[in-house]
Amino acid sequence: MAVMTIRDAIVSTLHSEMERDPDILLLGEDVVGGNGTAGGPEAIGGIWGTSGGLFEKFGPNRVIDTPISESAIVGAAAGAALAGKRPVAELMFADFVGVSLDQLWNQIAKFRYMFGGKTKCPAVVRLIYGAGMNTAAQHSQSVYAMLTAMPGLKVVLPVTPMDAKGLLTEALRGDDPVMFFEHKALYGVKGEVPDGDYRQRFGEARMVREGGDITLVTCGRMVSFSEKACDKLAADGIGVDLIDLRTTSPIDEEAILDSVEQTGRLVVVDESPPRCSLAGDIAALVTTKAFSSLRAPPELVTGPHSPIPFARELERAWVPSPQKIEAAVRRALEYR
Amino acid sequence: MQLSRDELLAAYRRMQTIRMFEDRLHDEIKTGEIPGFTHLYAGQEAVAVGICDHLTIEDMIVSTHRGHGHCIAKGCDVKGMMQEIFGRAGGLCKGRGGSMHIADLSVGMLGANGIVGGGAPQAVGAAMAARLDGKGRVAIAFSGDGACNQGTTFEAMNMAVVTKVPAIFVFENNHYSEHTGVDYAVGTAKDIASRAEAFGMPAWRANGCDYFDTYDTMRELLEYVRAGNGPAAIELDTERFFGHFEGDPQRYRGKGELDRIREDRDCLKAFRARVGEAKLIDMADLDAVDAEVALLIEASVVEARAAPAPDPATVADDVYVDYV
Repeated sequence: MAVMTIRDAIVSTLHSEMERDPDILLLGEDVVGGNGTAGGPEAIGGIWGTSGGLFEKFGPNRVIDTPISESAIVGAAAGAALAGKRPVAELMFADFVGVSLDQLWNQIAKFRYMFGGKTKCPAVVRLIYGAGMNTAAQHSQSVYAMLTAMPGLKVVLPVTPMDAKGLLTEALRGDDPVMFFEHKALYGVKGEVPDGDYRQRFGEARMVREGGDITLVTCGRMVSFSEKACDKLAADGIGVDLIDLRTTSPIDEEAILDSVEQTGRLVVVDESPPRCSLAGDIAALVTTKAFSSLRAPPELVTGPHSPIPFARELERAWVPSPQKIEAAVRRALEYR
Repeated sequence: MQLSRDELLAAYRRMQTIRMFEDRLHDEIKTGEIPGFTHLYAGQEAVAVGICDHLTIEDMIVSTHRGHGHCIAKGCDVKGMMQEIFGRAGGLCKGRGGSMHIADLSVGMLGANGIVGGGAPQAVGAAMAARLDGKGRVAIAFSGDGACNQGTTFEAMNMAVVTKVPAIFVFENNHYSEHTGVDYAVGTAKDIASRAEAFGMPAWRANGCDYFDTYDTMRELLEYVRAGNGPAAIELDTERFFGHFEGDPQRYRGKGELDRIREDRDCLKAFRARVGEAKLIDMADLDAVDAEVALLIEASVVEARAAPAPDPATVADDVYVDYV
């Protein structure tokens, strides 16, 4: 086991997987950086630092700087995948998925089905997402709910360096399109990463804590915020089953339902607006499949029905905080 | 003309197969048996066949909502296509796709596309794959004069130029974007090829109602692209013999327009006249091809009509390769 950041886990996984499989290629804006400048290629090396050293090692046919053309980036990934490759397309900000949406939801997601199961489309789209850096309404969103709603896509959100490696490896070796969400505020999180080959199966939630009093389901950065809330609650003797979904499509229904059947109480934390959200989806799952186990209405902790604001005070007010999560857990427990 | 007699007969057969396939669909759709939208390719056969006759099975094409001609020209099974359009389990896509979503990757046909302009970026990606393989394959995006106005097409052309991949943009200008005239919808003096040139690639122009002009021009273009010079484009001036979709009343057509283009701009008539004048093939041999193709189309309709529908229990199959 080596200790490294999520960023380094992603970089090293891209390196090792591209060495292993010559069909993997990477494309996106500034994934090399510096092309056409006095500084030359790798002058920037990717604004998130997640493609460092790839261009020198694998060359311009496999590490491809693109113009700012998100439709063509995702569309090219679609075509390369149909042509037998394993493209990794980077959307520098997940918010830009709107520009490329047709190529995702009408093309990549549907090829296999429309073509009668006679093709596969193993494209990986890396989406850098999330609030917390005051990047305002068009650079802060967590659009995983929208993509989770699209049949044909798989949606993955690593929270630890170990999962970053395991889930990215799984994405690159699987045969379906994968939306790989990287939270911009989590890149520096450190943790242990297994050496050598390491895959994490999709649809297998991570039980972060087993407390038994209440079920808290979340994903992405909200896992670490929920852990902070759990620490406070533990001081009062409250034990939380904290579930990191890891993947929202497929989703580990069993882990959620098993826990709720024990605890009878559910809190869902979701870094997105409330309507048609993952939080609402999980609440619906539990109320339809484990209604008789519930001893309190589900508590949903989300942002408000508003865009994400810029100012520090406003952004903090928008994002579900550890305090709000803690309060929601207490409300759910107090319900009689 | 460098084509052998066999090659000429094969080209004629492919064009006639497309024509009879589409003419038959035009009649079958009136019976109400074929569901959904169908956009017929009749009139444009010289383009699909003149382009694809240069390609190998390893080369790749992406097609459009008006894609039957591209499918046949690239080698998709005609009976499988007919079953697909009838919505049968034995269709090329198991009845999941229908007319607008026919694909057969085993022959390099990466898919028709219901989204106008949806395919061009995919051809760029397929061309990236082709370059990575280093075997000289090319990827072709068929686009109409409608798709030439989509941002995806612009993005794709620019990306192909800056990445220097072997992508080819084939613009079939049939003068109608759905129900709107190209004179109105295409701002660059009715010309699409100049757009490709503006993005930095060479563009050729040819008569898309003339197999020989299309074929000869495509040869030049393909030599350029296969030599590793990056992308190229070709605009074909062609004609759409039917409406945008079947059932389109075509009120936008000028008086006598359809009669005139069927008289003066029919690629099959032109082909027969050309090979007849040059005494390359007896008309009786072409007539024999017509008869054989007519039998194939008849058989494909009879079989499709009798073929079983998909099992409703399979409705959610084939969404993923595997899903927990």
